Amino acid sequence: MNAVAIQLSIIVGYLLLALAVGLVAYRLTDRTAEDFYLASRTLGTVVLLFTTFATLLSAFTFFAGPTVAYAQGPEWILVMGLMDGIIFAVLWYVIGYKQWLLGRRHGYVTLGEMLGDRFGSRWLRGLVAAVSLMWLFPYVMLQQVGAGTALEALTNGAVSYAAGAGLITAFMILYVVAAGMRGIAWTDTLQGVFMLVTTWVALLWVLSAVGGPGAATEALASNPDTAGFLSLGSDYYTVKWILSTAITIGFGVAMFPQVNQRFFAAGSKTVLKRTFALWPILCVLLFVPSFMLGAWAAGLEVAVPEGANVLPLVLAEYTPTWFAALVIAGAMAAMMSSSDSMLLSGSSYFTRDLYRPFVERDLSDRREDLIARGGVVLFATAAFLGSLLRPAGLFELGEAAFSGFAQLALPVLLALYWRSITRAGITAGILASQGFYLSSLFLAVVPGSYAGWTAGIVGMGLSLVVTVAVSLVTSPAAEERRAIYFDRLGAD
Amino acid sequence: MHRTALLPWLAAAVVLAGLTVPWFLWGSSTVVAGLPVWLWWHVGWMCLASAAFWLFAQRAWGLGIETAGDGSSDVSRDGADVRGERR
Repeated sequence: MNAVAIQLSIIVGYLLLALAVGLVAYRLTDRTAEDFYLASRTLGTVVLLFTTFATLLSAFTFFAGPTVAYAQGPEWILVMGLMDGIIFAVLWYVIGYKQWLLGRRHGYVTLGEMLGDRFGSRWLRGLVAAVSLMWLFPYVMLQQVGAGTALEALTNGAVSYAAGAGLITAFMILYVVAAGMRGIAWTDTLQGVFMLVTTWVALLWVLSAVGGPGAATEALASNPDTAGFLSLGSDYYTVKWILSTAITIGFGVAMFPQVNQRFFAAGSKTVLKRTFALWPILCVLLFVPSFMLGAWAAGLEVAVPEGANVLPLVLAEYTPTWFAALVIAGAMAAMMSSSDSMLLSGSSYFTRDLYRPFVERDLSDRREDLIARGGVVLFATAAFLGSLLRPAGLFELGEAAFSGFAQLALPVLLALYWRSITRAGITAGILASQGFYLSSLFLAVVPGSYAGWTAGIVGMGLSLVVTVAVSLVTSPAAEERRAIYFDRLGAD
Repeated sequence: MHRTALLPWLAAAVVLAGLTVPWFLWGSSTVVAGLPVWLWWHVGWMCLASAAFWLFAQRAWGLGIETAGDGSSDVSRDGADVRGERR
């Protein structure tokens, strides 16, 4: 069998497996929105850890990340470690555990719902959902573009871009509508384990072919183009850039709907504790091999054409065809697993925080479940159309999504921990920072960099200052329930 | 009591985040056992972070968040009854 046939059969095999898992999950599902979105808050340690991990990092780990390491050196490992291993882990506790307690107690399913309840405002609830969807939608679109392009490249054009993206969209709709959170979490787990294992096998394979890490690093050091890779820092990896990137993405991740919603889905306190402690180790286990493979490829003079990704090329050079095909197919499936979680969360934000409060207020659980599944179809189809038409501006939004979400993080943290925050304060903080960050993307008069710091991190500072300042000069509205985030909060 | 217990953990979190990137090795290209020494530092540091997180989870979980001072009141799931009226 040739490489294309192997890759295609592995992809088809994966899709069938995912569908089977989805059908099993469907049989176990209660027909309620809470079960569809959160698997009735029952996820265990391994499933929660890997579903968050696979949702978040898969495509980047295999494609973009190693390619950056190939071009600029392996310091990305440190950025990833700081953002995901430390900052996100701390937020896992600070935001995640508190959200989980509140979610269990008050039945929250989305971030907007939690904030809207505390501040007595469906407008705030709608604002948080609308801002989140504004960043999420183009990000999903980018995933579809990526998957469509990859499928087209894989089949040498036999499957056109539109057909590839359309096929994947149709499959995801079918799968997400049937499986809900439970099925998605299960396939993510399979996939997370698969990624971890194949990455290490790939590393060992390549290293044994080139004579071990010492020889690979020596090749890097003796090549004048890449000798600088081994010293920490460069013109690309500056201190301010490393900090800006790690902080904005780390905080942004915690506000991404599909990640934030997983805070509500944990089965118990013990699950949260274990996943919290395992997080840094998991980051090292995955990022060190995948990014070092990218960096070492530069010394080994693996040629990477403009716009291509390094990992598939390294594998093609040093491992058998079937293995390279397996990893590449896995990476494509990984893209899908990120998208399916985003579809589900996007649909929940839409039905729960926009449709329900503003269109149909008396919605039964059963009917909400139905509308939620309809929301998935709508969201996926719209993103697919977007990926075909490629309207101006949407790509910029998708690329900037992490920093866009990061603008929400500090107002949310203040809401969770600072009693004096007011509705006017948090609303102003969100509007000001979103306005500023969007302007930095689209208006020439607002710069994207401030003495080396990115607009993303400056916007976070702005959100903090505006939220605090406006809260201090305004009084809480009568409908605000100021105590519900603090009183008698405990678990198990 | 909460504040004094919180401070050391807060300090630990700041130190853990602060030295994840070994700034003191900036510009160093020393290689040990096939990898740059700054990468070894990072690997070791992340293991240390995991251990510290585990210790926190065992000893101090709930610090700064749980406020059930009135004993072991079970607040696990009384959400069901307020759902209808709220939304």
